Amino acid sequence: MPGISTASLPDIVFMLLFFFMVSTTMREVTVNVRQRLPSATEIRKLEKRSLVSYIYIGQPRPAFQALLGTEPRIQLNDQFATTEDIASFIASEREARDEVEIPLMTTSLRIDNEVRMGIVDDVKQALRRANALKINYSTLSVESIFD
Amino acid sequence: MGRVTPEIPSASLADIAFMLLIFFLVATTMDVDSGISRTLPPMPDSEQEDDQQIRERNIFTVRVNAQDMLLVEGQLEDLRNLRDRTKEFIANPNDEPHLPEKIVEDVEYFGEVPISRQVISLQNARGTSYGMYIRVQNELTAAYNELRDEISMDRFGRVFDRLDTDQQAAVRRIFPMRISEAEPRQVGGN
Repeated sequence: MPGISTASLPDIVFMLLFFFMVSTTMREVTVNVRQRLPSATEIRKLEKRSLVSYIYIGQPRPAFQALLGTEPRIQLNDQFATTEDIASFIASEREARDEVEIPLMTTSLRIDNEVRMGIVDDVKQALRRANALKINYSTLSVESIFD
Repeated sequence: MGRVTPEIPSASLADIAFMLLIFFLVATTMDVDSGISRTLPPMPDSEQEDDQQIRERNIFTVRVNAQDMLLVEGQLEDLRNLRDRTKEFIANPNDEPHLPEKIVEDVEYFGEVPISRQVISLQNARGTSYGMYIRVQNELTAAYNELRDEISMDRFGRVFDRLDTDQQAAVRRIFPMRISEAEPRQVGGN
């Protein structure tokens, strides 16, 4: 019995490869804070990924707890930060974009479920001061929030 | 002359492609970011205080304290009832005197429509959990979305998301989303 021809195997693999190249995006940061996002029903997808900057807030991951404790921390790019760093973070994000796109930029707040609002309010105030007014509370999608 | 160039062997092509494939599988993510969108109010200029007086009947006060308890218009309320109460407040279907007043405006596609002057004031404590805050935001957003869907179904026979831009703008004029979070302040302790 002749073996199955594997001549088309590279083509199949290339097809898969192109699919993944097109439909996924590069992981840009390693998130070092806990991210159990809240769930919501009334959600919208963020349209343009290139115009979104991310602010992560949550308890530091166990590897960092010896150093930073268990209080929620802010993470910008790959570093832990404080509310004072947000203005310069927004400024550098704007720097990296085209001028016409600046008004369209959105800040996505990826915040852990159990974070208290105090730190979130501080971040929101910092964003207002930096005039980055479009925000998005990142959530998971569910059918009902009462489960 | 007439030297025959040997074919490059393509047996390893599949392996190379597999390696690339695995690299992309590992190094990329697929998750689309989604969530509840909001626009923050701009920082007020220090001189120009905006004390726009809003009448008491037009404000719907929603407070969440540090124990994640919900206070709606001064009464303890269950989160499950928040959506319906918000809808009733926004639409004020029976023109109750304690619910928002309405002003008749001319809206494209709809003609003369009474539009309620509603404002929702959401206040939270520093100790409120983010999960609870999002659930309250979700219910408030849901109230607006349901009202918009209802009126869109009535007028156009389609839900709000399926309308074209002009129609959406008209519906938005009738039910503008006005959720005010004001300045953070102490509510019900930390």
